[in-house]
Amino acid sequence: MLTEAARVSAQTAAPLLQVRGLEAWYGESHVLHGIDLDVASGEVVTLLGRNGAGKTTTLKSIMGVIGKRKGSVVLEGTETIGLPSRAIARLGIGYVPEERGIYSSLSVEENLMLPPRVRPGGLSLEQIFTLFPNIKERLRSQGTKLSGGEQQMLAIGRILRTGAHFLLLDEPTEGLAPVIIDQIGATIRKLKQDGYTIILVEQNFRFAATVADRHYVVEQGKVIDMIPNDQLDANIDKLHGYLGV
Amino acid sequence: MFEILGVPAQALFGQLLLGLINGSFYAILSLGLAVIFGLLNIINFSHGAQYMMGAFVAWMCLNYLGINYWAALLLAPLVVGATGIAIERLLLKRIAHFDHLYGLLLTFGLALIIQGVFRNQYGSSGLPYQIPPELRGGQNLGFMFLPYYRGWVVVASLAVCLATWFLIEKTKLGAYLRAATENPTLTQAFGINVPLLVTLTYGFGVALAGFAGVLAAPIYSVNPNMGADLIIVVFAVVVIGGMGSILGAIITGFSLGLIEGLTKVFYPEASATVIFIIMVLVLLVRPAGLFGRAA
Ligand SMILES: Nc1ncnc2c1ncn2[C@@H]1O[C@H](COP(=O)(O)OP(=O)(O)OP(=O)(O)O)[C@@H](O)[C@H]1O
Ligand SMILES: [Mg+2]
Repeated sequence: MLTEAARVSAQTAAPLLQVRGLEAWYGESHVLHGIDLDVASGEVVTLLGRNGAGKTTTLKSIMGVIGKRKGSVVLEGTETIGLPSRAIARLGIGYVPEERGIYSSLSVEENLMLPPRVRPGGLSLEQIFTLFPNIKERLRSQGTKLSGGEQQMLAIGRILRTGAHFLLLDEPTEGLAPVIIDQIGATIRKLKQDGYTIILVEQNFRFAATVADRHYVVEQGKVIDMIPNDQLDANIDKLHGYLGV
Repeated sequence: MFEILGVPAQALFGQLLLGLINGSFYAILSLGLAVIFGLLNIINFSHGAQYMMGAFVAWMCLNYLGINYWAALLLAPLVVGATGIAIERLLLKRIAHFDHLYGLLLTFGLALIIQGVFRNQYGSSGLPYQIPPELRGGQNLGFMFLPYYRGWVVVASLAVCLATWFLIEKTKLGAYLRAATENPTLTQAFGINVPLLVTLTYGFGVALAGFAGVLAAPIYSVNPNMGADLIIVVFAVVVIGGMGSILGAIITGFSLGLIEGLTKVFYPEASATVIFIIMVLVLLVRPAGLFGRAA
């Protein structure tokens, strides 16, 4: 857990993650055209943008799970652009993909226990069950037999076990009921309090505003603006324009 | 001597035992194929040649090094598995991102090369391998005569199949394997070394073939073509069972051996083709196989 002083000093020091000129391709199709962003330790940052803007691709490129990428992604001083994704994960990143990635050939418990520990200080099973009580009741079920909300909790829970303190969450609220969205919002705020660093992709910027410090706006594979959360109201018209709402 | 459905009991049970023995080999070999196909997406056409290598390694151990059957039962799978690891690292890895037709062609070519080398070296008339002294002889069970070695083959195969099933379905390593089979990209993004898993899985599947080869050595003579004859039937077994399922491969292997045995008793004319007839029927009704998950 970071004290307020530690957090301030972390923000003035080198960022935890520094992305410069990140480009990415799916086969022949060039999707990211130079993403620049910084994330300080302990920050929650969102990526906002229209459908197909390149938010998911940005997370995939940071994680190294994309065919071809170029540019620079520095995590805690380590250049990761040439590393395989398993080595990037071992630097302490936890990834929750857009489609959640719950394995149907694994039980809920096996899904939860699958990702190896990458850092000390991961949550214990008891702590995870306190955050997400539903999961505890369903440990023996097949992973994909869970409801959408439970699968999302499982996808978040399993990376909290690993000790990763830098989380990439791709639309964790997509398609979920309002009560569950609230529960996930509360979880993200709790993680932030505990010093986790998070990049959150969100369609719903009202939800994003309840958890984030800053918002990056992505359009056609580029970051076109950055709005601090406390200036969101002043920029609301501009943001509506970006998102087309 | 009593009869069952007009057939002498001795003959019936004798054929059933023979069926179980064949079924044991079908089960171990199709299990290895299923494990390899699941993770590597490769139809391992050199599986039969690797089974043959198992028998030959056992023969070489005995004749060149004086290593007995029991030690060979452990050693030969390790040696064959190690050659599998080399094949995966040197060859299969390079074509992993191409269509799986390339893997099929490559392993088919390898099978021809391996068989050719052994044929050159040892001829194709077959080399004898004695049943280990502990398992010679047999027991008259009243309704049939049970040679100890044949009983051992069935028991050993069943044990290895069940151990493999347990390893894959019930252990942490098995969970890694299933996860990498289902979604290799995400599994890798959790920090799991998927390329290493792929290599070990190929080595393990091939080692199973080598193990079957050692079991087979005292029953059939050690012959460079022994795998080529068997593997065609095993592919039919895999098609019937469906590529996806571990337990499916085991059950289908043993059942088809039994069905073949029964056919030999009741309608011998069809015994060589019954498995292929079943394959055609299954393909018509359930193209994904009896235990396969439809794509
Ligand atoms: N697997 C793929 N193969 C080819 N093109 C892809 C693939 N995935 C995404 N794209 C394309 O890349 C672009 C960026 O997609 P991406 O998924 O990153 O957008 P996004 O911002 O996450 O959108 P959404 O809000 O719909 O999730 C889109 O034009 C999309 O069509
Ligand atoms: Mg997306």
